[in-house]
Parts: sequence; C-alpha cells; structure tokens
Amino acid sequence: MRSARAFLAALCLGVPAAAQAQDAAPRRVVSINLCTDQLAMMLAAPGQLHSVSMLATDPRSSAMVEEAQAYDINHALAEEVWLMQPDLVLAGQYSSLAAVAMLRRLGVRVAQIAPANSLEEVRDHIAEVGTLLHREAKAEALTAQFDADLAALRAPAGDARPRAALYYANGYTTGDQTLAGQILAAAGFANVAAEAGFPYGGPMPLELLAMAEPDALITSRAYPGGSRSEEILEHPVVERLRDAVPGAIMSDADWICGTPKVLGAMKKLTDMRERMRPAQ
Amino acid sequence: MKKAFAVLLPLVALLALASLVIGPADIGPIAALKALVAGGDGPLPLVMREIRLPRMLLAILIGGSLGLAGAAMQGYLRNPLAEPGLIGISGSAALGAVISIQTGLSAAFALALPLMALAGAVGAVLLLVLLAGPRGGSLTLILAGIAVSAMASALTSLVLNLSPSPYAAGEIVFWMMGSLADRSMVHVWLAAPFMAAGALLLARTGRGLDALTLGEDAAGAMGVHLTRLRLALVLGTACVVGAGTAVAGAIGFVGLVVPHLLRPVVGARPSALLWTSAAGGAALLLAADIAVRVVMPDRDLKLGVVTALVGAPLFLHLIWKTKGEQA
Repeated sequence: MRSARAFLAALCLGVPAAAQAQDAAPRRVVSINLCTDQLAMMLAAPGQLHSVSMLATDPRSSAMVEEAQAYDINHALAEEVWLMQPDLVLAGQYSSLAAVAMLRRLGVRVAQIAPANSLEEVRDHIAEVGTLLHREAKAEALTAQFDADLAALRAPAGDARPRAALYYANGYTTGDQTLAGQILAAAGFANVAAEAGFPYGGPMPLELLAMAEPDALITSRAYPGGSRSEEILEHPVVERLRDAVPGAIMSDADWICGTPKVLGAMKKLTDMRERMRPAQ
Repeated sequence: MKKAFAVLLPLVALLALASLVIGPADIGPIAALKALVAGGDGPLPLVMREIRLPRMLLAILIGGSLGLAGAAMQGYLRNPLAEPGLIGISGSAALGAVISIQTGLSAAFALALPLMALAGAVGAVLLLVLLAGPRGGSLTLILAGIAVSAMASALTSLVLNLSPSPYAAGEIVFWMMGSLADRSMVHVWLAAPFMAAGALLLARTGRGLDALTLGEDAAGAMGVHLTRLRLALVLGTACVVGAGTAVAGAIGFVGLVVPHLLRPVVGARPSALLWTSAAGGAALLLAADIAVRVVMPDRDLKLGVVTALVGAPLFLHLIWKTKGEQA
C-alpha cells in the first residue's frame, strides 16, 4: 500500500525515487525482456535477480523455462515492476518502451540491451550484462565456454555449403545480417534469403522460395491455437519442398535470443549438414 | 449490356493474363505460360500452378462475387450506398472465419472455414435487411452497417487478441484489409462451390429486382414473391461474400465502385447490372491485385488498401450527391 502510494506520488510529482549508487552491485534486479531474462539468469549471483518476464516461462520462446521457475514473474508493466522496488531493471532496446520511459521517470535505473544480430554480439552482451550485475568473472567464464563450444561446432572452411532457407509464419525469412542467419552461416550453410535479396530478412514471397530451390528448409514450430499466419507453412509448395529436401523443424527457443543457447540451434544444424553429406 | 460485356470480358482476360505473368520471381512471360500449360521440370510449373494460378482465379472469383453482391444489394435496397464491405457483411464473415480458425474447427474440418464465414455473413445480412429493409432510408442502412461493422471488427480483434498464437494479433490487418498473397488451389476449391451456389441464387433475383424499381406493391402485383426474393438475396450475398472473405479477408469498396461506374452504361435496370458488375468486379480486383505486386513488390501491401483508396473518394462523392438530392 505504501509503495503504491509512493508510486503515485512519484508519478504525480516527478520526484525521482532514491537512485541506487551505480558503483555498488545491484541487489534486486528485475528483467522485463525475454533475452535479458536469460542472460541475467545465467550471470546473476544467488539472490541478486528478483524477477524475470512471463515469456521466460514459456517453453515456446524461452530456452530456460525450468530456471525461470525460481523467480517472480513480471509482465513488463511499469506499475508491477516499480512495486518490486528494483535497483536495476534490464530491458530490451525496442520492447516495452512505455514501461521503460515511466520507470526512468520514476528514477529507477534501467539498462537497455539491444537484440544480438551476430555471434560476436552474443559475447558483447554477456560482457555487458556481466558488468551491469558486477559479475565480470562469471561473464568471462561464460564467454570462454561459449568460444570453446563455438569453435568445436563451427563448420570447417573448406566444406561444401548447402543452401538453406529459413522460412517462418507469414512467409518471413531471416537474412545473413541477423542472429539466425549468422547461426546458419556458422553451421556451414549458405542462406537462400541473401541470394534472393533479403540481407536482413523480411517477408519473402513464396514463389521466390520455390524458385530458389534450397537444399534444406528450416521452418518454425507451430504454436497452439490455429493461425492464418502459419498456414503458409502448409502451402502445397512448402510441403513439396519439405518432402524433397532435408527439412528440420526447429524449436524457436534456442534461436530467439543472443545467449550461449544459440549453440544448441547450431548443433542441430551441424548434425543436419553431416547427414546431408553422403547425398552430395 | 452487350456492349459493356464486349469491353469487360476482354479486359478481364487481359488482366488475368497479366496477373499470371507478373510476380516477384523474375520469370519471362512466355516461359511462365508454357510452364503453366505444359508443366515440365524444376520449380517453375509449381510456381505457376500452385501460386500464380490460384491467385488469379481467386481475384476473378472474389472480385466477381463482390461486384455481383454489391449490384444485387443496391437493387434490393434501392440504395447506391449498399456494399457488402461497407455495411459489415464482409466484416461479419471475417469474424466467422477467424472463429473457425482460432477454435481449431477449420483444422479438423476444412469446410468449417467457409461455412462459419457464411454463417457470419448470413447473420449480418439478416440484421441489415431487418433494420433497414426495403422501406428504410440511406441513413438507416449506413448507420446499421456501421454498427454491424464496428461490432464485427471489435469481436474479430477480441478473438485474435485472446489467441495463444503470437501471430494472431498481427492477422487483424489481413482480416480487415484482405490479401491474395500465397493462396493455394485448396482455397480456390474451398470457396468456389459456395460462390457458384450464391451466384445462382443472386442470378435468379434479376426479374424481381427489376420489378422492385417500381415499388413493392407494383412488384407484388407483377407476381414477384417478395419473401422469396429477400431470402435469395440474403443467402446469395452471404454465400458469395462469406466464401470470398473466408479465404482472402474482407476487401471493401469493390461492390460500391463497380455498380456505380457501370450503371450509366447499362441503364438503371438492376438485372442488367448484376452480371456486368460481376465482370467489372473481377476486372477491378485483378487490377488491384496487380497493383499491389507492381507498386510495392516487397511489402505485401494489402488489397483492401488499394480498393479503399479508389473506393473511399467515390463513397464521399456519393454522399455528397445524396445530400444534394435531399436538399
């Protein structure tokens, strides 16, 4: 009740709540973005992370559902986050902007982390969140492990590069300049989207996909509840392509966020490429 | 009327051909048509037969349906502002379609999609005919239409927002604006039988609609069975609009623009206007669908945006004219 009143008072008067000194390690961290949720869970000291967003508990989007059970759940709404009285809020660069703006106005320290667009940025973000949480040593250990695992998975340079297409609901594809594209490239595939003129991705007309004749097709896993957007993945053209080439339906969770979990996605791709080898 | 067909049918054929050879993939027109007819190896026949052909067919079927339904409704209500999209029939059909997809009905039973859209459309037409029947003025019709439209779009948004699928909310745009992108022959087969049935029903209303221009009493005296006429109109409109909306979303203004443009050509006889409007609707929708591919090939521009850009100014013009007549 008191904190609710304080919330109103701070909102009305614009009085900044007492901001934590930035040089001390934050003790009560709330993350409101799926990707910062996962980085924070990997890096935070016991008791340091108080709450993660609801998406972190959704197996379709989160690669760390079990870990997330240990934390309070938030819905990225300014009011509930304020009432949790965090001394650091981790948010995404482009999501929940209204909540971020309001929390800042209330004097809460909010760090925004951009989505990772490459494997290199995964390392950067581990370091960034590590610094914010004052857990540099843990971050360095995680990065070292990531580098070692990545090196072991990376496709040898001389290998043939089968052409793969990433194709999702609404005919969306992702190009080379995205995290998914970089995972694909590191696993030794060429991306059809880049050939077709989609370096960043976007909705790729079905006929361009058909004309590109990819060697492999990677589609997303269907969500529950029917949707017209996903219907395109059952279009006769896609079905025929799926029958003709080794397709892999990939769980989205490993692909979404720039965390070391992307190596799980890469492992599946590398295995698929190995299986394709005798056919070539 | 013959003169109108002599222009419209070649136009539809020409636009249909253009629709087949225009697309995001860079395919020569000769090679494209050859692959469509003769087949062959590689992805080309697949693209032509499973992507471009259904798109062209659906543009003709849906455009024709909307033109036909617009002409029939305007004839029956004796009101040039009656149009399936504008007065909420398409929107209600979209609601039915959305419910069938979101409840999983359409996945379990393919015909559930057009049937539910049909049910939505029947509900809307019944409501409108009851509220603004033959005696109601323009104002009653438009107001009733706005209410039905608003209700249907609100409920559609509600259903999509409640869906567990993260894509559902983004689909609101599709259902309100309509698109023919990446449809397949499955959709053609799903919609075509309903459209054929609806078109048959509407075709038989011609004589009755002509008689109705003289007023209801005169029409009754001429032996027109008004209840049967109303039933044919309600079911026919619901069939053609419902089936089209189920596979391509709600596309507005076609049924408004086309009869309006063609009325001076064929004269004020509703029966003559029915089929010319169907041909005109097919031409308009084919042209609009070509436009979305040529103007913004990489943006998946929605079809309803183009038809609204053409139709809304005309709608304003019609209101202006109606106002002048009343004054």
